[in-house]
Amino acid sequence: MVIEKPALETVWSWLSAVPDPEIPVISLTDLGIIRDVQWQGDTLEVTVTPTYSGCPATSIINLDIETALRGHGIENLTLKRQLSPAWTTDWLTDSGKAKLEEYGIAPPQPAGGPQHCPRCKSAAVERISQFGSTPCKAQWRCTDCLEPFDYFKCI
Amino acid sequence: MGDNTLVLGHRVSEWCGVAPVLEEDIALANTALDLIGQTQLWLGMAGEVEGKGRDADKLAFHRDVWDFRNALLCEQPNGDFGQTMMRQFLFDTWHLITLKALAGSSNEQIAGIAEKSVKEVTYHQERSADTVIGLGDGTEESHMRMQKALDRLWPYVGELFIADEIDAAMVEQGIAPDPTTLRASFDSQLDAVLAAATLTKPADDFAHKGGKTGARHTEHLGHMLTQMQWLQRAYPDATW
Repeated sequence: MVIEKPALETVWSWLSAVPDPEIPVISLTDLGIIRDVQWQGDTLEVTVTPTYSGCPATSIINLDIETALRGHGIENLTLKRQLSPAWTTDWLTDSGKAKLEEYGIAPPQPAGGPQHCPRCKSAAVERISQFGSTPCKAQWRCTDCLEPFDYFKCI
Repeated sequence: MGDNTLVLGHRVSEWCGVAPVLEEDIALANTALDLIGQTQLWLGMAGEVEGKGRDADKLAFHRDVWDFRNALLCEQPNGDFGQTMMRQFLFDTWHLITLKALAGSSNEQIAGIAEKSVKEVTYHQERSADTVIGLGDGTEESHMRMQKALDRLWPYVGELFIADEIDAAMVEQGIAPDPTTLRASFDSQLDAVLAAATLTKPADDFAHKGGKTGARHTEHLGHMLTQMQWLQRAYPDATW
């Protein structure tokens, strides 16, 4: 049987429709964790890098990638883990950052803290803790509207 | 490295649900999660290198006290919140310096794990140093407790910087740094934080050792393993 191999751009577009399991407003490609997609003979090889080494979402993400690609008829599939270069929030796409902000999560800033409150846009914000509801987020608070919010921390 | 992150990660996870305030509970659980994640990478690699079919889980759950190679500092009990944070600060400071050196390892896999871990441990160290300063230079009660924690844990710091034949072999091949060379950087960071925290470094430099070699762990590790390994001891090779 001859298997028709979909173009890599098509595979990328399928992956861009897979949501992050913890923050479903952004996709896996928005998050920048899909590092490579290649055909090795008849096998599709997808290279994924973890956000945080202990992030429990990692195994769900691998499962979601597999489910999505199998749903599009990919039969021979391998997932490769790549640690280096380590994931950085610089790989979040601009559209991903905009979607985070709209969702109420302040996107990462090189300055090390949120630019403004994602709700009322005030720049008067303070840090509550470097750690938050998931390994990738920190807890901040707006001192104008008093709303606590998540900040996607810069690593 | 993997036994250090495993044992300390488990210790820190003991706080989950019982920390003094919600934010600290979340921060401790996140720290534990990072350490356990790093453990999977280190012990996973150790199993591959050994080549006897043991994976990270086997190494974590199917060994007894004498097979663990963690520094004694990591297995010390949590004590109060102050003692936990002092232990974390002493470990994080050593950990970050060590990982930065390992990121330049001649072994690509070690360099990759270290590069990944540096990002996480930078956050751990920032938080534990801030907390030591906040509590040390806090109320009379918090200051007293932090000094007591430092006095209690200080004899377990020296072991982190002792080099043995394995270290010498790794230095020769460019795999890992000589631990003794990391002490100066550790001391200068420690002195700066202790000064800001108004805490006094104990004058006696006596160091307990035997964790890294496995020859003489403190009695605390065995008790910890009865909890950590309970399920695998009661139901060997159980999976879900």
